[in-house]
Amino acid sequence: MATNIQASDRAGFRTQTNKSLISFMWKYKALYLISLPGILYFIIFKYVPLFGSVIAFQDYNIFNGIAGSKWVGLEHFRRMFEHYDFLKIMNNTILIGLYDLIFQFPAPIILALLLNELRVVLYKRVLQTIVYMPHFLSWVIVGGIAVGILSPSTGAVNQFLSWLGFQPIYFLGEESYIRSILVGSGIWRDSGYGTIIYLAALAGINPDLYEAAEVDGANRWKQTMAITLPSLVPTIMILFLLHIGKFLDFGFERVFVFLNPLNVNNGEILDTYIYKQGLLAQQYSYTTAIGLFKSVVGLLLIVIGNVLSKKTTGESLY
Amino acid sequence: MNTKRRASAGWHIFNAANLTFLTILSLLMFLPFLNVLAQSLSDSNAIIAGKVLFTPVNFTWINYQYVFSDAAIWRSFGVTVYITVVGTAINLIATASLAYPVSRQEYVGRKYVVMMVLITVVFSAPLIPNFILMKTLHLTNSLWALLLPGAISSFNFFVMRSFFMQIPGEIIDSGRIDGCSEMRMIWSIVLPLSKPVMASLGIFYAVGHWNTYMQALYYINKPAFWPLQVKLNQLIQSDDISIDPSASQFSSLAHMNPEGIKMATIIIATLPIILVYPFLQRHFVKGMMIGSIKA
Repeated sequence: MATNIQASDRAGFRTQTNKSLISFMWKYKALYLISLPGILYFIIFKYVPLFGSVIAFQDYNIFNGIAGSKWVGLEHFRRMFEHYDFLKIMNNTILIGLYDLIFQFPAPIILALLLNELRVVLYKRVLQTIVYMPHFLSWVIVGGIAVGILSPSTGAVNQFLSWLGFQPIYFLGEESYIRSILVGSGIWRDSGYGTIIYLAALAGINPDLYEAAEVDGANRWKQTMAITLPSLVPTIMILFLLHIGKFLDFGFERVFVFLNPLNVNNGEILDTYIYKQGLLAQQYSYTTAIGLFKSVVGLLLIVIGNVLSKKTTGESLY
Repeated sequence: MNTKRRASAGWHIFNAANLTFLTILSLLMFLPFLNVLAQSLSDSNAIIAGKVLFTPVNFTWINYQYVFSDAAIWRSFGVTVYITVVGTAINLIATASLAYPVSRQEYVGRKYVVMMVLITVVFSAPLIPNFILMKTLHLTNSLWALLLPGAISSFNFFVMRSFFMQIPGEIIDSGRIDGCSEMRMIWSIVLPLSKPVMASLGIFYAVGHWNTYMQALYYINKPAFWPLQVKLNQLIQSDDISIDPSASQFSSLAHMNPEGIKMATIIIATLPIILVYPFLQRHFVKGMMIGSIKA
């Protein structure tokens, strides 16, 4: 009897009047109450700054506040595109993002395919445990390890190079290496962990498909091309869309821990520039304009990518 | 017949090559740790001479003794432990208390809450407005700056919500028939059922707090409130930016054995994660799965 009331409650409240809606909500007031702090959290810590981004269109002054600061329209955006520094840093950001897409994005896919071919289960487990591990280290620690092993005097890499008869190289002191180091350290840290999701997708492939292919005379390589890869396409597509949405968002920490005055020319990206010019040099409005620009580009990339993906592969984020 | 034999020969070659490649790859992931560990246990002169590879040379504890005698590092360690414990508790409570109501059909307007969270995933505010907010709320230079702004991760919110949605409404209804209050139901039915998701997300949150660096850099100027990662990065950078005379606060360190001390600090900051890692592996793989399938 009581169950019926509950069920009809759920199905029926839409057609009920306002008064009974209120009494319905009152009945479950505990649910509404405990959700309040979370809603407040999103409003205060996510939406207030979002609306606070209007300072990009002002000459924001910290003493006058948003209400008292002068409106300047698109002035800061114009300045941005005329600024030599900005264009150089934009160039760095796009290049590093591109290298990241070309080299780091496919790394976990390839690694997962290779791990999947391993038939010795115990050894596979051991390898997985090792390759997942670096993901749990902070960028500071990854940076510290990299600075250590790349050091010209004491680093293991240069010891190896000198053993081969080469001159030691100060990897972090030359701007020509910084982009490779940034992308390489990312592959080192995250490609193993990234395989988890692909391995799960691989485990979900129906084994009948492989049996049928074998009967038809397909070898291992043909099976990979005809069954395994196509089965991964949905997962790859979703992760790809999420990835390009963060194209300009390479990540502050992973760059900041490697930057020094010698490699900053090729290594500075929008995020580190915003920190230095915004927080340290207090150019609040100008750097907010850059940040807003970055967010809008990210949103556009997701939307365009989603449309294209829907048309070509039928996969989409929403 | 013939073709089958040839195919299986190629298959064996591939297997051997694959095994070798993956072994080398995992060594590349593992050896840097060993190198850091070896340096941290080596004598200063041996490191400078470039003799230390994967085993300690002239074994010594002196680097660790130095690190453990540094009060600032101890304090940073304390800050990190504190924000990891308190922060993770706040994360789990806050995330669950929003995700649970929104997962129930009795919650009118759940669509709007979900939309509100979703928007913040695809479009987020730049750094400076966040900084201004923190300043206005007087949260800068306090540990709250490391606890509150990330109280709910949008991604984890969706993971938890989809987990709660799998709990059948019938179980909850039967609790209601027995006269359970809503809070009692959450406490004695929902939460015990949610142990797996709590454990998985708890690990992600805890690792995040342990590795906190950026937020501390943005919002905290007081050395007393610096978490371990900030302190560690200063140590690491101290040698690298030696061209910059303002970094001279560490010149006393440089006389001793900067490389060894850096490496010892890295080991100390990594050790807790490495020690609990084998026990957690099952949970984070599970957590990643729950997250990827539904969200």
